[in-house]
Amino acid sequence: MSDTAASGPVMSADGVPLKRSLNRALRAQKIRALALIAPLLLFVLITFIAPIADMLFRSVENQIVRETLPETVQRLGDWDADSGEPPSEAVFTALYADIFLAAERKLHTRLGSRLNYEETGASSLFRKTGRRVDRFDTDIYTDQITDLDPAWEAGATWAALFEAREARSALPFTARSWERWTDFVINEEEDDPLEEDVPDFLYTALYSELADGAGAGLDPRVDQVIDALPGFETVSVREQFLDADEDWGGADIWRTIQTYSPAYTSGYFLNAVDMEKGTDGPQFRPENEQIYLTLFKRTMFMSMVITFSCILLGYPVAWILANLPARTANLLMILVLLPFWTSLLVRTSAWKVMLQQQGVINDTLVWLGLVDDGSRLVMINNQFGTIVAMTHILLPFMILPLYSVMQTIPPTYLRAAKSLGATNWTAFWRVYFPQSVPGIGAGSILVFILSIGYYITPEIVGGTTGTFISNRIAYHISSSLNWGLAAALGTILLAVVLVLYWLYDQIVGIDNVKLGG
Amino acid sequence: MSPSQSDTAFVEFIRVQKSYDGENLVVKDLNLSMPKGEFLTMLGPSGSGKTTCLMMLAGFETATHGEIMLDGQPINNIPPHKRGIGMVFQNYALFPHMTVAENLSFPLEVRKMGKSEREEKVVRALDMVQMGAFGGRRPAQLSGGQQQRIALARALVFEPELVLMDEPLGALDKQLREHMQFEITGIAHNLGITVVYVTHDQTEALTMSDRVAVFDDGRIQQLAPPDELYEQPQNSFVAQFIGENNTLEGVVQSIENGVASVKLDDGEIIDANPVNVSKPGERTKVSIRPERVEFNKARLQEGAHTLKAEVLEFIYMGDVFRTRLRVAGNDNFVVKTRNAPDAVRLKPGEHIEIGWLPKDCRALDA
Repeated sequence: MSDTAASGPVMSADGVPLKRSLNRALRAQKIRALALIAPLLLFVLITFIAPIADMLFRSVENQIVRETLPETVQRLGDWDADSGEPPSEAVFTALYADIFLAAERKLHTRLGSRLNYEETGASSLFRKTGRRVDRFDTDIYTDQITDLDPAWEAGATWAALFEAREARSALPFTARSWERWTDFVINEEEDDPLEEDVPDFLYTALYSELADGAGAGLDPRVDQVIDALPGFETVSVREQFLDADEDWGGADIWRTIQTYSPAYTSGYFLNAVDMEKGTDGPQFRPENEQIYLTLFKRTMFMSMVITFSCILLGYPVAWILANLPARTANLLMILVLLPFWTSLLVRTSAWKVMLQQQGVINDTLVWLGLVDDGSRLVMINNQFGTIVAMTHILLPFMILPLYSVMQTIPPTYLRAAKSLGATNWTAFWRVYFPQSVPGIGAGSILVFILSIGYYITPEIVGGTTGTFISNRIAYHISSSLNWGLAAALGTILLAVVLVLYWLYDQIVGIDNVKLGG
Repeated sequence: MSPSQSDTAFVEFIRVQKSYDGENLVVKDLNLSMPKGEFLTMLGPSGSGKTTCLMMLAGFETATHGEIMLDGQPINNIPPHKRGIGMVFQNYALFPHMTVAENLSFPLEVRKMGKSEREEKVVRALDMVQMGAFGGRRPAQLSGGQQQRIALARALVFEPELVLMDEPLGALDKQLREHMQFEITGIAHNLGITVVYVTHDQTEALTMSDRVAVFDDGRIQQLAPPDELYEQPQNSFVAQFIGENNTLEGVVQSIENGVASVKLDDGEIIDANPVNVSKPGERTKVSIRPERVEFNKARLQEGAHTLKAEVLEFIYMGDVFRTRLRVAGNDNFVVKTRNAPDAVRLKPGEHIEIGWLPKDCRALDA
């Protein structure tokens, strides 16, 4: 190829550049190869990559606040959280519209649950308010406006009013509220909004905007209301909310809504490392609310202990297997693989039987007189139980790669070392062991990564001190339904594994990992 | 150089037996004595017990019965690492995770030798095999021949008096093998070490050794210097195994004045040198080397027996002609003639008469 620069591209016999005809010849092969893997690729994409991506996305996604409370979020932007005061009447009016619509669509409880992760009490606050919101005393606006002209009672009047672009831009809040309500009626109630009673919050919205001086000259009917405004009897929406729940009068819930109004949040991740958004940026939670960092550390530590125990127990077994004649080795290999033929649950439950205080081991120890009947050993529902059971379960994953690597080490190396004057130990340590390190590496990666995400065994035998971070993730997925936090914890776990893998590559080198010859 | 004929044997096998399964003997009653400085080759087909003998000497196998002596001391109960015997393995067994220099340094390290002394010896050993520039390489970066040299250097670096080699040249191509044969014998003689060399390649055995022990069926069939082994095989196995050989079968008629008269199976009678036959009536295999067969009557002794032969095939091999004949019912009777200016080229179908000197025609066991 060195002469291509001098003589131009190499041509094939028919004058086409060689590279192009080679590509053409290879294309059919590539397409066939792609077709062969396409079903698996699709399957993996749909069932593995996509769900993972979706879960990872959930760890930062936070649309619910701005989707449920769009008007409130918009008006709350100017509010100074540090004032310690609740926001203005205008914000409460916006909240009134948002909550009314949310309650109609039964979305306020979901928002309450979401905010409850950040601010305890938010859930009941929203539920209570949702029940009260259609019984607010704001019907006085309804009555006063319809008294001026009964045509306001008809949806058609509103529809005609907001038909005009000027009305929509002069009274944006009311126009948007009208639109959201009609959308709701059409799409979810599947009714005609023109035949429904116009709800109170729309009159309140109209009043609030007109009272602010907007809307003059739009329409005779509107002008009529504006003219009558000075004589209107008024009611404070804020008071209505405070009546429903006095928490609305504090700054805390408002700060929470303001903090979590962006579409994306780091809140779940902060939560996952025992932090929260405070007034001065992220801060650690109080000592007694910290849980996840401890769990992460415990998961790492116990996974390392399990990996190390597996090396300790698996290495001699793999060595024996690798040095036995093939027939015997195959027979023993079946014994190593035997655990795979029994259910994981059965094996874990067996350990429960073995290790519990009234279990086989304790009974035997008591019978032998080694342990007093009153002080039976606590070996289950703690870290010890988890380590024992998981070491047992993961041991084959250490033995198999070790065995396949050891099989490729010819016994002549040991003989050569001995003939050169090395004792059995030196020959093993200086010659055999370094060559088996790739097997240890492969086994350790397998066991460590499997155990760092292990769920069932710690759940069953872990008690409170022996559970892993995965148990917490499962809890948030299936019990507390805080998927965002579960996703954040999962993302951190994934990142930790990837970092460890990178570290391993830096220190040991991934080329040094062998799963077999 | 001939082996130093000291009275005390350096390596000695005394009535050694070895069995792996308790039913069959792999080595049957082995007796062997080697003086210091000898280059002895154990030659034999696979399964003949030669490698087992080497492994017993190295200490990787224990003798089921008998005594192995090294320098006058019984070594049966000495573990391999204390025997101080250098060994070159069939596939070199260079440690792949160490550099060449580290490989050579290993036997010195386990002997707790100081760093400077170690380095000096490693350099000297590498220079000896002309691999001085390769100390920093890994074994995988070397060619087969280079690995072979390193393995040799490693076996010699701690200055053992006895070095064992287990088919060390088996993995090399022919040209390199011949070159290494020459080099190994040169180094061995220069250092004056005793070498036990195992191979199944007879050329290697003949060219390198002071003495060759031919193994078959767990026994030494013959232990002799190469020339004696080739020219005076003691039994028909050795005659067949070493070099090319023509065999005629028959019955001993009489033995007189050191000459046996043998009646071949097709009725012809020839004279032979009675090596392994003792009385008339015994069956025998008569062995004649292809290059000792003569068909130029002028060169034969007066009154020598001749046999009728038919030329079946003539093969031109450059330095020699190889002619296949039918003699006394044997279709594979081969004659080799040197490609001399006056050499006769026989044609297939020709009928000739062949003969030989009675001493070259050895009557061996049947």
